[in-house]
Amino acid sequence: MTANTEAPSREYIDGTTAIVRGAIDAGCTFFAGYPITPASGILMAMMREIPKVGGIAIQGEDEIASIGMCLGAAMSGSKAMTATSGPGISLYSESIGLAIMGEVPLVIVDVQRLGPATGGATTVAQGDVQFIRWGTAGGYPIIVLAPSSVPESYSFTVKAFELAERFRCPVFVLTDKELAMTLSAVDVDDSTVAHGTERPEKHEGLPYSWEPADAVEPMRRYGDGDAFRFTGSTHDEGAYITKNAAKVGALNEHLIAKIEAHRDEIEMVDTDLDPKADTIVVSYGVTAGAARAAVARLRTEGVVVSNLVVQSLWPIPETALLDAFDGVQRIVVPELNMGLYGREIERIAAGREVVGVNRIDGGLITIDEIMEAVR
Amino acid sequence: MSAITITPIATFRTDDPYPFCPGCGHGPILDRLNEALIKLDLDPAKVVIVSDIGCSGLSDQYFVTSAFHGLHGRSTTYATGIKLANPDLEVVVIMGDGGTGIGGTHLVSAARRNIGITVIVMNNLNFGMTGGQHSTTTPEGGITSTTPLGNLEHPLDICATVGVNGAAYVYRGSSFDSDLAGRFAAAMEKPGFALLDVWDLCTAYYVRSNKFTRAGMEDSMRSWGMEPGLLYERETTEYAAGYREAHEAVVGSPVMSARPIPVDFEATLDRPMSLVVAGSAGGKIRSASRLVALGAIRSGLWAAQRDDYPVTVKSGHSVSELWLAPAEMPLTAVSRPDVLAIISVDGYGKAQPYLAAMTADDLVLTIPEYASLDTAARVVVIDPKSAEKRIPKTSMGLVYLSAALAITNPYPLDALREAAGAGSFAEVNMEAVETGVALVG
Repeated sequence: MTANTEAPSREYIDGTTAIVRGAIDAGCTFFAGYPITPASGILMAMMREIPKVGGIAIQGEDEIASIGMCLGAAMSGSKAMTATSGPGISLYSESIGLAIMGEVPLVIVDVQRLGPATGGATTVAQGDVQFIRWGTAGGYPIIVLAPSSVPESYSFTVKAFELAERFRCPVFVLTDKELAMTLSAVDVDDSTVAHGTERPEKHEGLPYSWEPADAVEPMRRYGDGDAFRFTGSTHDEGAYITKNAAKVGALNEHLIAKIEAHRDEIEMVDTDLDPKADTIVVSYGVTAGAARAAVARLRTEGVVVSNLVVQSLWPIPETALLDAFDGVQRIVVPELNMGLYGREIERIAAGREVVGVNRIDGGLITIDEIMEAVR
Repeated sequence: MSAITITPIATFRTDDPYPFCPGCGHGPILDRLNEALIKLDLDPAKVVIVSDIGCSGLSDQYFVTSAFHGLHGRSTTYATGIKLANPDLEVVVIMGDGGTGIGGTHLVSAARRNIGITVIVMNNLNFGMTGGQHSTTTPEGGITSTTPLGNLEHPLDICATVGVNGAAYVYRGSSFDSDLAGRFAAAMEKPGFALLDVWDLCTAYYVRSNKFTRAGMEDSMRSWGMEPGLLYERETTEYAAGYREAHEAVVGSPVMSARPIPVDFEATLDRPMSLVVAGSAGGKIRSASRLVALGAIRSGLWAAQRDDYPVTVKSGHSVSELWLAPAEMPLTAVSRPDVLAIISVDGYGKAQPYLAAMTADDLVLTIPEYASLDTAARVVVIDPKSAEKRIPKTSMGLVYLSAALAITNPYPLDALREAAGAGSFAEVNMEAVETGVALVG
């Protein structure tokens, strides 16, 4: 037996644990959710853990109630999170719109599973990538972060809370059955954030402002200062319903501008570029694992290839992608759907060849499949 | 000592006139709510009126309190979140009969929980704002724009529904009740969930189509079996308070803090190695895989395991893919395992793609049933019956993985023994490890 005191300290955890820790370290004090495989682990852990920080966790009577409670709690000053899978996102749809319109910070975890309807409950997929982008009426911008490992499941959850507070909007953490439930050895990270960033708050006055259009007004909270209003209807700065065209236009333009004008604060990619490469692999989420492994193996074989992992799926990191595509002829896009994000890449690639590696049978895309597509 | 005179707030209403139709009961109901708020002498900033959708959904704009105007039927859910996060707030929901239909499950659940909110249902027996369609409370035979020949559905008894399901305070009355403001105040003061089903006249539609009048309203209630008055009143623990009380003891305890795994051994493994164990649900396959990973981490290796199983809990297959590696590696599927352990019929079924990919460099451990399986890999048949003691089904995974480690030796068996002895079911697991090692020893 050799005592190895130099060895780094490691633990063996899954993405679910990482997300729960990330949420609590980010200052989450309210969680509501409804049981659904493969997201139930987050609900169960939150029910157990969040009371320890004086927070509240509740199992709603359905997904609609769960996200509704989150919105109410957020307006009472809580940092709120909910978690579900595709079928639950369907039921969240109207409330995602309410969070956008009422400018409510909220973190929504989507643990993807396969297929439409009940689909494959214990089966991995990446089929929600466009669904959550366009998951509510109106077509407004949305922020989606996609971790590809256990440590990223932690740090992106923290980041999601920061962005939700910064922009007063719902922010998705898009994960999947494998990332949420696969156990991995990880270095013990002592550098956890201490209860996240403070919510920008104000204690009196109107709850909304959109002058200039991209400015985000600090939040009010019920019970603090004077009375204020909230509404999901088209409204003025006082949250009174209005049909005044100037007010209506200003509100709706604000909801877009506050995110579009600050894409640089949101967009994230992980690049591993070779300037001589004419082929690049672009992946996200769980598929990034095989992409990274395939690129590493190809390079040992002498193949010149670049790798890019998209970490903020929405807004799509166009600047970073265009930079990475400079000098590239072929773009390989592996994903566990039939090309849902590949079509975005095609749009940005402007004529370059885009090759999809796609799978919807419940298996993960293999290293070999990506290597073959690159060669 | 000088006397301090406290003047209660004169009104919770704004100066704006209501937008409701002439003769509509909504205005009088809101006036009674205003009187109740004055009587309770509340701080308007600490009162949140949560309004639903429809004509009733316009209500909040005519009060100087805080307000939340959300989506149809969901008002109870927002109110629940608002109250849970800040129990000091007085939360009043105003919905129409429409909201009791689309949000029925939320009402029942709020009553069962006894969350401390007060729900006022402005029940005018149809959808007013959208054109007089029938609602959950439209009486049988009622003429509406969507039941032109008379309603065929039984009307929802809102009060009975929430009342039998635990609500603390349930009242049925009408916009004409002389003591309505007192009822509202009593409901708000009552700990737990309160609902007031307040019938009123929709002069635009239901009154016109059904010759429905004030005089007939109370008689009609009785004829439909829906008695007016205070129907349920019980002492309960309000949910937000009860939640805090129930969890008081755990506040401040550490949150899922990292439990670092000691590294006391040195591994010999110098390249990534994959093991797959293919068995059945209920056989502790994932737990066995986890112990092998923990042994690897105790030896300074990296590990990851990807588990596959159907949605059922204790039936069907359970397959665990395990990577052990000297360096950190990204999450990938195992296509061609270095070691495959087949320990059940379910497992054999799921093992086929692995078997097809395996070569002479790879190792298959199998139960005797599949001794002659078709694979290029080296096959070692392990007969559990040759073990000294009968092997429980729940130990099979760990027995076969231990045997695999004894043959392939990626890290010291003592590391596995330490891992097995450190967690739950230590005795059983340690015995399984020794059994596996002995079977190939």
